[in-house]
Amino acid sequence: MAQPLEGSQAMARAVALCRPQVVAAYPITPQTHIVENLAKLIADGALACELVSVESEFSAASVALGAAVAGSRAYTATSSQGLLLMTEVLFNIAGLRVPLVLTCANRAVGAPVSVWNDHQDSMAVRDAGWVQLYCADNQEAVDTTIHAFRIAERCELPVMVCVDGFTLTHTLEPLELPTQEQVDAFLGPYAFSRALDPANPLSMGTLLSPEFFPEIRHAHHRALLNAQDEIIATDRAWQNISGRSTGGLLSVEGPQEARLAILTIGSILGTLAEAQAESHDRTPAKLIKLRAFRPFPVDALKQECAGLDDLIVLERAVSPGGGGIIAAEVRAALSELSRPPRVHSYAIGLGGRDVPMTVYPQLLAAAQAATPSRFAVFDLQPAKLAETDR
Amino acid sequence: MTPDQPPLSTAELRRHQPVFRGLEAGHRACQGCGQALAARLVTEAIGPDAMIANATGCLEVFTTAWPQSAWRLPWIHSVFANVAAVASGMEAALKAQKRRTKVVAFGGDGGTFDIGLQALSGMLERNHNVLYVCFDNEAYMNTGVQRSSSTPHAAATTTSPAGREREGKRHLKKDLVTIIAAHRIPYSATATVAYPTDLRKKVRRGMQIEGAAFIVVHSPCPLGWGHENALGIEVARLAVQTGLWPMIELERGELVGAMELRNIRPVTDYLRLQDRFKHLFADDPRAREELEHLQELANHNIEVYRLRAEAPDRFDSEGMDTVIRGGLRTA
Repeated sequence: MAQPLEGSQAMARAVALCRPQVVAAYPITPQTHIVENLAKLIADGALACELVSVESEFSAASVALGAAVAGSRAYTATSSQGLLLMTEVLFNIAGLRVPLVLTCANRAVGAPVSVWNDHQDSMAVRDAGWVQLYCADNQEAVDTTIHAFRIAERCELPVMVCVDGFTLTHTLEPLELPTQEQVDAFLGPYAFSRALDPANPLSMGTLLSPEFFPEIRHAHHRALLNAQDEIIATDRAWQNISGRSTGGLLSVEGPQEARLAILTIGSILGTLAEAQAESHDRTPAKLIKLRAFRPFPVDALKQECAGLDDLIVLERAVSPGGGGIIAAEVRAALSELSRPPRVHSYAIGLGGRDVPMTVYPQLLAAAQAATPSRFAVFDLQPAKLAETDR
Repeated sequence: MTPDQPPLSTAELRRHQPVFRGLEAGHRACQGCGQALAARLVTEAIGPDAMIANATGCLEVFTTAWPQSAWRLPWIHSVFANVAAVASGMEAALKAQKRRTKVVAFGGDGGTFDIGLQALSGMLERNHNVLYVCFDNEAYMNTGVQRSSSTPHAAATTTSPAGREREGKRHLKKDLVTIIAAHRIPYSATATVAYPTDLRKKVRRGMQIEGAAFIVVHSPCPLGWGHENALGIEVARLAVQTGLWPMIELERGELVGAMELRNIRPVTDYLRLQDRFKHLFADDPRAREELEHLQELANHNIEVYRLRAEAPDRFDSEGMDTVIRGGLRTA
């Protein structure tokens, strides 16, 4: 039965249903409510768990790493500056192939300081070697959190669940929470094949010479590519239990015959879907929700984009001096098609700027441009800039 | 073993080892490495029911050239600055699993005094049941002898060289033990490779503590300090006997024990054996001033920690002192 829950509260309860044995976190807006809710669940005896209130995000990631290698299911959550402070440890966790789950309440990265939502933080750690799953709404955040532990533990890879700060974390929605029995049956107890054990002493994190290093990197890359199957299988398995699918690697809505599609990531999807439903412009357009950014689902994307004339990639981060981050990867993937669509690259909603439903017809119009946008900030207001910066 | 007996296998030899050894031979430490000796002594006292988290540094590098490892204890190295946090997580996990296995953290002075100090402070403040052992060789030896905040005043390193304008490191050695004491953890101590029985005793004490314990072990580095490979123990013993390395124990931050000195030696006896202090023996008024400065630092330690033995001891002799303090393995 659906119950009204704030996103953070729902995510905390989803985490608790996964029975983590160690939670470590450091407060940062907009992640705070998740950890506060977990702390309360632990304080009330609803969750048996060691809560380690650390002195920095760098230590939060490190505590989670230590707990996971010592044989406990571990969880942490952060945002923005906190995620960047963790960066060195994030690479290390992934390189050691340690399964744990991190919720990133996506927020812009300073300077200038902004507590509001965009995806610059998680995009900045794209190459850390983590699975990255983006959630379109809070129901997906609940379900993806539960998926994440299973994917992590089956693939021996860390999983980052990315949820839009405020838009999801601080919004009340009617949500379905599974029962403890459902989650227990789905996850089982934590098991890590290389857990530290005095009876079988292993050395982890050793020095590796050039003789072996490329093979280890290759194996890590393969593991992420192979995780695609697990992400899909986990989604199906959870659908059998809960009746809900979050779309695996990506999902598509809209008419099959459409020659235009808008690809996006995170919570903007809901805005576009609603705008499309209410729009007077009946141009057939598909909406593609990219759920898995790492691993990047090249084959699934090629399949969905074959036959398109135009693809608008709408993302909430920018690589300064480069342009669209997702768009660059989409272009590279689709270049393998015999007749790739024109890819229009836009950033939107940076630093939490509202993305209203009125962008939908504007996007349809932009797709008609003679030359597709190599990259632009879609909701830019040039009048606010000095002439030289426009 | 008589010549006609077949040689024992490695496994047989290990079974016949008199004590548990967490760090095996065959690693790649330099000849005369104080840290390798200290780590071996510490792991002997730790015993087999433990897990080690190791900060980046010489100890990590010389023990684990994959696919080989010198460790017979479960061991993890993550990054440079986070060893205390990784150990905190391991301890939290074992607590959640209701296991009694002890977590031990190893770091050098770089990983402890400098880059890892924040994580260490957090671990101590939360009073995790972890024994943290710092092997203090007083500079960044792994990267080729650069100054750390633990490098003694006036010591020359590659980033605090002696020259026409400078007499080595300009700043004082960080008083880490006082910082540790301010956390009011159950137990903290200083130790050295020169007094192995004392070191083992302190490690065993640290292992018994339910909560955070901290031991800093003075570990000579022949390469970085510039002394003969064979002189490590003598150099380390002189650090104690001059008062430059006070041997103390603290409980909840209060001093509860100090190794008394009955034959206090001048600091020059210690400094003269090491190239890192060579410039202080030049015919130069600034060098003489720095020597006086270092003697004053030793005098300060002797006073603050009351290291001077107050009454003559009828057993007092250099030899007995060594025996009692652990020069032989009879204590």
